[in-house]
Amino acid sequence: MPHLFLGGPADPLLVSDALVEIRDLSFGYGSRQILKGINLTARRGQVIAIMGNSGCGKTTLLRLIGGALRPTQGSVRVDGLEVPNLDQQALFALRRRMGMLFQFGALFTDISVFDNVAFQLREHTDLPEPLIRDLVLMKLHAVGLRGAADLMPSELSGGMARRVALARSIALDPMLIMYDEPFAGLDPISLGVTGNMIRRLTDALGLTSLVVTHDVQESLKIVDYVYFISNGVIEAEGTPDEIRASTLPFVHQFVHGEEDGPVPFHYPAPDLAVDLGVARA
Amino acid sequence: MIWGWPVPERSLIPIRHLGHRVIESVWRLGVAARFFVLTLMRSGTCARRPHLVIREVFSTGVLSLIIILVSGLFVGMVLGLQGYDTLQTYGSEEALGILVALSLVRELGPVVAALLFASRAGSAITAEIGLMRATEQIEAMQMMAVDPIARVVAPRFWGGLISMPLLAALFSAMGIFGGYLVGVVLIGVDEGSFWSQMQAAVDFGDDILQGVIKSVVFGVAVTVIALFEGFDAPPTAEGVSRATTRTVVTSSLAILALDFVLTAIMFRGV
Repeated sequence: MPHLFLGGPADPLLVSDALVEIRDLSFGYGSRQILKGINLTARRGQVIAIMGNSGCGKTTLLRLIGGALRPTQGSVRVDGLEVPNLDQQALFALRRRMGMLFQFGALFTDISVFDNVAFQLREHTDLPEPLIRDLVLMKLHAVGLRGAADLMPSELSGGMARRVALARSIALDPMLIMYDEPFAGLDPISLGVTGNMIRRLTDALGLTSLVVTHDVQESLKIVDYVYFISNGVIEAEGTPDEIRASTLPFVHQFVHGEEDGPVPFHYPAPDLAVDLGVARA
Repeated sequence: MIWGWPVPERSLIPIRHLGHRVIESVWRLGVAARFFVLTLMRSGTCARRPHLVIREVFSTGVLSLIIILVSGLFVGMVLGLQGYDTLQTYGSEEALGILVALSLVRELGPVVAALLFASRAGSAITAEIGLMRATEQIEAMQMMAVDPIARVVAPRFWGGLISMPLLAALFSAMGIFGGYLVGVVLIGVDEGSFWSQMQAAVDFGDDILQGVIKSVVFGVAVTVIALFEGFDAPPTAEGVSRATTRTVVTSSLAILALDFVLTAIMFRGV
């Protein structure tokens, strides 16, 4: 897949099958470790799911891949480039070849749907306005919202906003798209539409997709490989079939939505009877 | 123990707290100064794409027109009433035009317009940028390889800087008109004296230019405070609300303090 407007990887000799390679990655705020020794590979053309319970560091991992955070240890390589070592100019050049879909779309609320999708084209290219119009309408058509081009973001439903954000993130034909909780808060129809769209766009545009989610059933339908993160480490990984068949307690609890298990229902607290004063500690 | 004397640990807590607040304030001041310098350094986009600045002149300047014009009119009318009352004691009510014009051009125009600008446009800038952060729009921009300082902050800075002197000038003009309405039309001060004495006494370099300098300085202060508070706001509803309040309070205090400093520097020879 050619990358329009911008060059390809830093060195053609370094091009490997793996677009994103993370090795021994650790990250923390002060003494609080969020991620500990993560190893992850996303091959070109794959849809990879990163799953785990809320607050386990999934979104932090996306920020590390996008260069918004620096790891305390380890390596993050995207298309052969070591992300933490890039200066701002090189990082911005890399980001032009990456798209990110935020949890609630993060559309610019003061401009229309059309202008949101045209944003990167206007910022990073000198294309004439008629060509930008055609490109924007094509991107919006790909997500089924060409008719909503003139609406403002406040007039869109949650699912529509995420589809517009998806159109915006593919505006420059990126090589990698990162999705932060794309299924959160969507009705069943929008859920299916969004899931299928991620798969279809990945295949049609030759992208690589990293999907951070805790929606197991929807993601297992569309992804090629799954990583489970818990307590900052990768607890399990495998294809959707391997994950479904897994007997690991954490994966089993997560996939089947069980209330109690390795992830406890109760936050650590003293004994209830002691707390209520009917027993002694 | 302090100098060998035993001091209860609890009595040190307020002192530590005070020290912590002072260090935090100095730190924030440094970060704000760095933010201001970065904004200036990344203003090239505004020169290449002036429509970004024009848009901000509209939202900070044009949308503040109503409050500025109405306030200016009433301040001028009050000045006319109060001035006439005092001047007629000395039989010099013809000097009403001078009193109204000098009060407005030198002092009230820049200061009151800046205070109104801080509460109308400054708070709007802080809330807008704070909400952009809270809804991940700023982060999205960074992930799209677009520098938010160049794209969001710098156009608002220049928009505010251009709007502020124009608003102060309009405030003064409306104020003079208000003084005319009350003094000449309502009370009956001689119209010729009102205008000719004003024309003779108001100096372009001493009075008008110095008022313009004040309004430019206030414009920089208010806009930088509003932008910094918005950019630095915690991305929560409470964080944005506190930042908006801080913008109005800090800007108002900065305007009054800067007004004293500028007046002391500019009018020391008078």
